[in-house]
Amino acid sequence: MKKLFPILIFAIFFGLSTQAKTYFVGKGREITKIQKAIDLAKNGDTIMVDAGLYKEKNIIIQKSITLIGINHPVLDGENKYAIITIKANNAKVEGFKIQHTGRSEITELGAIMIYDSYKVSAVNNILDDNNFGIFVQNSKSCTIKNNSITAYGKNELQSGNGIHCWHSDSLIIVGNKIKGHRDGLYFEFVKNTLVWRNISTENVRYGIHFMFSNHNTYIGNIFEKNEAGVAVMYSANINMYNNYFLDNWGDATYGILLKDIRDSNISGNNFTKNTIGLYMEACSRINLYKNIFKNNGWAVKIQASCEDNDFTKNNFIGNTFDIGTNGSLVLNTFTGNYWDKYEGYDLNKDNVGDVPYHPVSMYAMIIDSNPAALMLFRSLIVTLLDKTEKLLPGVTPENLKDNKPVMRPLPL
Amino acid sequence: MKKVLKYVILDIVQNKTVLIYTLLLAIISFSVFSLESNSSKGLLSLLNIILIIVPLICIVFSTIYIYNSAEFIELLLSQPLKRKAIWLSIFGGLAVSLALAFLIGVGIPILIYQPNGTGFMMIAAGLFLTVVFVSIALLSASFTRDKAKGIGLSVFIWLYSSLIFDAVVLFLLFQFQDYPLERVMVILSFLNPIDLSRIQMLLQIDISALMGYTGAIFREFFGNNTGIAMSFLGLTGWIAIPLFISLRKFEKKDL
Repeated sequence: MKKLFPILIFAIFFGLSTQAKTYFVGKGREITKIQKAIDLAKNGDTIMVDAGLYKEKNIIIQKSITLIGINHPVLDGENKYAIITIKANNAKVEGFKIQHTGRSEITELGAIMIYDSYKVSAVNNILDDNNFGIFVQNSKSCTIKNNSITAYGKNELQSGNGIHCWHSDSLIIVGNKIKGHRDGLYFEFVKNTLVWRNISTENVRYGIHFMFSNHNTYIGNIFEKNEAGVAVMYSANINMYNNYFLDNWGDATYGILLKDIRDSNISGNNFTKNTIGLYMEACSRINLYKNIFKNNGWAVKIQASCEDNDFTKNNFIGNTFDIGTNGSLVLNTFTGNYWDKYEGYDLNKDNVGDVPYHPVSMYAMIIDSNPAALMLFRSLIVTLLDKTEKLLPGVTPENLKDNKPVMRPLPL
Repeated sequence: MKKVLKYVILDIVQNKTVLIYTLLLAIISFSVFSLESNSSKGLLSLLNIILIIVPLICIVFSTIYIYNSAEFIELLLSQPLKRKAIWLSIFGGLAVSLALAFLIGVGIPILIYQPNGTGFMMIAAGLFLTVVFVSIALLSASFTRDKAKGIGLSVFIWLYSSLIFDAVVLFLLFQFQDYPLERVMVILSFLNPIDLSRIQMLLQIDISALMGYTGAIFREFFGNNTGIAMSFLGLTGWIAIPLFISLRKFEKKDL
């Protein structure tokens, strides 16, 4: 046994040294092409790339290797090719500047393409002027972290998505900055994914767009000034916490549009200065609590097709209209919210108003059916009509009310 | 003319009604700003004051003032002065002193609590409305010698522009719901000075809601600098045209 021990240690050292070899790529080095280093490398090896400009068409990684750029070497796709394609488990791409992918009508060309892989990570890369930024397909447990992804898309047809995930599971997407793509983040058939602290701004279409993606969590992301805001559809068990939806302006623009979302939690989010803060259609069993709706045109538009949604302890401050709806059927509940337009009283001083608040104003209903009437908003006649309606509800849905409106803004 | 203008201004500034008007505006503005939890909500309450109370006081006060100074006007006419100069001085005197009252009563609180684009737009709109309704008051006073009729006409004009006009527009909107009315609405708004100023302020306050489809048309027209210039040009028209007609009437009037 005693003799065996040093041999064992020697074997481990030897094993390690053969396993993890490091290759250097750069001008004046033995290897000048990244693809050549990849071909030489074995699973577990590391490839360090010096700063410089590399035009290698499509780099394909089919081994479990780590590819690291020193001082962000530039990989250029010459407006023709996809740039890095990964089809291997445990591969990692870190610290590159990747630019100018091609654009194609037939195939999807992107800066980092991940296919059918497990535990791949893309970290600290700068992506500039690409069609798709990071493209994940049919993969599991991948990490996409701290990438800065910028494009200059002019219309929806000719640009791709910043981070595009299709049919994947357990992804971690953290701290990325995405700007100017079609959709900042795009998920379709993606499960069990965490999206945390990303910033998605000024995209041509949506800040985030997901469909058929269940059991995902979105925390602390910022979606700002996207052409069509945020739209999410046909998903269940979504958790959205502490996200910011800011400055999404336009006719069909929403802070967030929820269509066919069910069994979800939306809490601690901040909706500020959107034309429509939150739009809900055919949604059910969503808990909305502790959100802030501030200075929106419409804080919430909830269609009559929604049911069993619960609004609790939200702050509604400085919105032109608090709630808009399109019918008299109300299957949702509003409890204990703060409404800055509430004019009731609180005799027993328990901070809960003694008369219910009807958040749908008559004029919001009128504008919903006749948008041109917006011109008369805040005129004397409209104010009079609104006051009369408050006393004797006729047009507005009588059941849409908050029975326990709080008197002071909630500390959120 | 300068001398007459000076006397008219001095006379009105010393008038108790104007002093009370100034004080009232100041009390309302300060209390609105200090009572509301956030000052943008205070601005909204002030909007109603500017759109309703300012035109009412201006038009009624000016009409009464002209009838009350009928003897003073007759005295001036016996002097070697042009009728045009007399009428314009009276207009100028009324406009300057009431504008001054507005600036002190509303302008100063706004400058203290909301010194931003919205605040400045509000002050500008209020000043224009003051002068517009002085001009309209001159017109209604020049129509009839009967004081009661003149004041009645003034009050009716105020009622028309603050309530009846909007009610009619709302009615039309629903009657012709199936037609694209957005551009018609833009033209219609020029027929009422209160609507013109209200839309300018809507564009400042409810900008988010106005980003929708209809809003886009208004914003396209009123929101940019040309639009702002156009609507203030419209307000200037509301000052100039009634003033011009009343001047014509006054020049030919048998007193």
